[in-house]
Amino acid sequence: MSAIDLDFFRLDNQLSDEEKLSRQTVRDFVRERVNPIIAECYEQGRFPKELIPEIADLGLLGMTIPEEYGCAGVNSVVYGLTTQELEAGDSGLRSFVSVQSSLCMYPIYAFGSEEQKRKWLPEMAAGKVIGCFGLTEANSGSDPGSMRTRAKKVKDGWLLNGSKAWITNGTIADIAIVWAKTDDDTIRGFIVEKGTPGYTAPEVKHKLSLRASVTSELFFQDCLIPEESILPESKGLKSPLMCLTQARYGIAWGAIGAAISCFETAAEYAKQRVQFNKPIAAFQLTQEKLVRMYTEICKAQLLCLQIGRMKDAGQLQPAHVSMAKMNNVAIARECAQIARTILGGNGITGDYPIMRHMCNLESVYTYEGTNEVHMLVLGKHITGIEAFA
Amino acid sequence: MKIIVCLKQVPKNDSILRINDQGNWIQDRDLTYEINESDAYGLEAALQLKEKQGGEVIALSLGPARVQSVIKEALARGADRGIHLEDPAFDKLDAYGIAAVISAAAKAEGFDLLLTGLQSDDYGFAQTGVIAAELLGLPHATIVMDVQPGDGSLRVKRELENGYFQWVSMPAPAVLTIQSGINTLRYATLKGIMGAKKKEIKKLDVTALGIDKAALAPRMEFLRVYVPQKSKQTQFIEGSPAEIAASLMEKLRNEARVF
Ligand SMILES: Cc1cc2nc3c(=O)[nH]c(=O)nc-3n(C[C@H](O)[C@H](O)[C@H](O)COP(=O)(O)OP(=O)(O)OC[C@H]3O[C@@H](n4cnc5c(N)ncnc54)[C@H](O)[C@@H]3O)c2cc1C
Repeated sequence: MSAIDLDFFRLDNQLSDEEKLSRQTVRDFVRERVNPIIAECYEQGRFPKELIPEIADLGLLGMTIPEEYGCAGVNSVVYGLTTQELEAGDSGLRSFVSVQSSLCMYPIYAFGSEEQKRKWLPEMAAGKVIGCFGLTEANSGSDPGSMRTRAKKVKDGWLLNGSKAWITNGTIADIAIVWAKTDDDTIRGFIVEKGTPGYTAPEVKHKLSLRASVTSELFFQDCLIPEESILPESKGLKSPLMCLTQARYGIAWGAIGAAISCFETAAEYAKQRVQFNKPIAAFQLTQEKLVRMYTEICKAQLLCLQIGRMKDAGQLQPAHVSMAKMNNVAIARECAQIARTILGGNGITGDYPIMRHMCNLESVYTYEGTNEVHMLVLGKHITGIEAFA
Repeated sequence: MKIIVCLKQVPKNDSILRINDQGNWIQDRDLTYEINESDAYGLEAALQLKEKQGGEVIALSLGPARVQSVIKEALARGADRGIHLEDPAFDKLDAYGIAAVISAAAKAEGFDLLLTGLQSDDYGFAQTGVIAAELLGLPHATIVMDVQPGDGSLRVKRELENGYFQWVSMPAPAVLTIQSGINTLRYATLKGIMGAKKKEIKKLDVTALGIDKAALAPRMEFLRVYVPQKSKQTQFIEGSPAEIAASLMEKLRNEARVF
């Protein structure tokens, strides 16, 4: 009956009532509304779109943006804690919220005109307008500066040509935040509306990871983008990277959720499963596995709360986020693998969440800056020497 | 309609439960807390009544500083304001003492309906609401599943044994103890949680309530709390099928006393 102590370092004592309550809300929502359907969604390769209105009602979309734009205006720690709970359900659901909030609403909030903010943010917070973020291209992943998508200045606005790859939410999105090079090679952001002639967004099928999330390609063929749809304050690669820092911060927290889900499943299983007349939790080799997972999860929690507080205090640097994203996703991926072994054959089935998390985490390990890229960011932080190229 | 909802903060049911050194309660340093389950349904019933009828929902909780979190949760879900009853003299109250303090606060506030949960998940006395009603000199109904307010009166549905229900009419104001599971609890949304910060929580102590401390002296005390001892035994009955059946019947009748 007694649960495993998942707050080993009493971090809850550092959280406000509002922070704890927000986490509880999302934890309850995931338990009641997500967990019962998610394994089937995953198997069917279906994003549970029907949950969008409920997610919006909870206030999760663009939650850190101020109330005047129809958002909840919570702090970064709440963003982190709720992201963690969502990803304990499934990385696909967390990805949806990350993309909508950090990669679409954030750039409109940070680089948009007042008119754009008023037009889009309240509708996006209400889940009535879904966004996607197009930076990556088939030939431009870790090196987004090499993108080929172009926006040419014409009389009535901009003519957009090119394509984007691996775009979360693409096919279901009402608007795409598209990053393209302008005539002087500066990267700028554009709001491209669904239905714009020349714009298509076919879904990528047959994924074996993030199956409960929509991933798409975006194609732009002579798309005329009106002048009022350029994000006026977006200038250079730094702008999309700022969005990524927001999203990566959430991912660092999210990964803990996936790791905890795997760990809890394995720990419960190990106490129940009897072999050689003993619960397998009684074997030293199993205990070592549990301790390894537990230790890494507790460390990741400490790291996240600290970066959360730093973010709210305005002290957070991208390198901090790199370390947290790199470390936490890597340990979550390890936890999934270790936890799977504890469940033996049962571990490979969809009856338990571990294998689903394990497959999801392969995407999470790669997107939003691969593990290697974050390693290089930190390498540069330490040595002052860039080792990317 | 002015509704006061009493909310008790109780240990979460997935808390780590260890018996304290004195052996008379659980160790509170390991506990995390939540709103008592049936109280949460009382709150939801109150919020739904307010949505239909208009009026005000006041969330009331008695206990140390930590119980403010249940008041805040109620405010986040839609209660209009909170009352926090806190005083060192409230530390070790029994059901009578709690009811005495709650009824004093409710009386001072004035109300059309005072709701409590059917019982608390920790003590399980199921008495607080009933005693409060007696102290207030008001009608009450227990195990309430539905509330239909009329003009100065109420019709309430009560749960009886064996799947029977009972409809009762009573004058208002009244005290109702609410059954769990009677409605669908709403989530505290992030906007609600942020909005709750701006709502008032009034703190009242012994002096403010004009209560005589001596009257609160507990009439009941916990002597010992313990984990039930396992006493499972397996007996193998031998013999022919007829002998086994006869012996089994005899044991069921005289030892297990299931008939
Ligand atoms: C499910 C999913 C959803 C996604 N959603 C989005 C989205 O919504 N929007 C979006 O814009 N993008 C999205 N992406 C794209 C994602 O961000 C890219 O896949 C990622 O940036 C890596 O790019 P790549 O796949 O081209 O790999 P590459 O950049 O080709 O990398 C391949 C390997 O080479 C390594 N490598 C590359 N450069 C270096 C170097 N200098 N030193 C050492 N190693 C290096 C990488 O670390 C990696 O291991 C998504 C991807 C996936 C899988």
